[in-house]
Amino acid sequence: MDEATPLTALIAASAATYVWRGAGAAFAARIGVGGAAFEWFSCVAYAMLAALIARIILLPSNILAEMPLVDRVGATVLGLVVFFALKRHVVAGTLAGVFAFVALAYARELGWL
Amino acid sequence: MSEKPVRAPEPVFDSGLVPYPNRLRAFWGGWRDAVGLPAAVLFSSTLGFGSIASKADYPLSLAVLSVFTIWGLPGQIAMVELFAVGASILPIAVAAAGANARFLPMTVSLLPLFRGSFRSWNWTYLMAHLISINTWIALTRRGPSLPLDQRPHYFVGFSLLCMFAGAAGTALGYLLAGALPRTLTLGLVFLSPIYFLMVFSGVRERGGVLAVLLGAVAGPLLHMTSPEWGVPATGFLAGTAAFLLDRKAFGRG
Repeated sequence: MDEATPLTALIAASAATYVWRGAGAAFAARIGVGGAAFEWFSCVAYAMLAALIARIILLPSNILAEMPLVDRVGATVLGLVVFFALKRHVVAGTLAGVFAFVALAYARELGWL
Repeated sequence: MSEKPVRAPEPVFDSGLVPYPNRLRAFWGGWRDAVGLPAAVLFSSTLGFGSIASKADYPLSLAVLSVFTIWGLPGQIAMVELFAVGASILPIAVAAAGANARFLPMTVSLLPLFRGSFRSWNWTYLMAHLISINTWIALTRRGPSLPLDQRPHYFVGFSLLCMFAGAAGTALGYLLAGALPRTLTLGLVFLSPIYFLMVFSGVRERGGVLAVLLGAVAGPLLHMTSPEWGVPATGFLAGTAAFLLDRKAFGRG
């Protein structure tokens, strides 16, 4: 097959993504809220999202891979500690994790770590 | 005479949330709720995507358009990366499908909130296109407290602002590729996973908690065996395990 052009690549990826959404809408029309099928799909959604987030933090494929695992996990743990210490404060936990991560990155850049 | 408390048909996660006076206000309410961390997360993660697209020599206009037509960052990144190595459309479609498979269970678990919102269920096929982690979280939280006829307006308002933030982030990331200081880029890219981690750490229903924990442990392991399908496979396996544990082991259902 020929190489994709930017436009055909976009159409292919858009259609492939929408297939899941369309299938989801078709399923959702047939199942009842609070039923077993609904709960199963919700559990699968939660597990898949958690898997994606854990994968991005532990096995990143982007620029995050340039930072050592211990820094990514350390900043994440600090964020979680702040989050739970402040009664599940999402903003505080997020900012704590991000600032810790940036501080670690900066410290490494300066050669302190 | 005491009546048995009637069980609410849908869980309300945040008490104290009240409906809007009308549907237009619901739209702007959703729009405004997206300003802040949801938009910031979209903006910062699409900065990274824009920079990847620029390095892949993928056109800026189509990279921005992909925010609206794909609306799922892992699939967008897979598309651009495969385009860069000269792949044909079939592998691109397969990779995007693998990277964005989460939309199937997310759609099934979100759309029932719209049951009764529309005269025709066909409209939910449009709502399905707007689903992302951010918008899914927003409607899961706010939707149950809104009347059925305000939910689509709230959802569209929230989603549109998120999409615009994503489009702006993509464009800026494309134009600034390589120009941002490294530590700043690292912080911006780290914002999105850490934010969603906090959100999902706040899940309280037992089935959801089990699913999040099992998924977080199994996800990276299965990803090592299959980078393309590890995450969807984890969702299926860990989600099913969580569902069965919740029902059987804890004696419910």
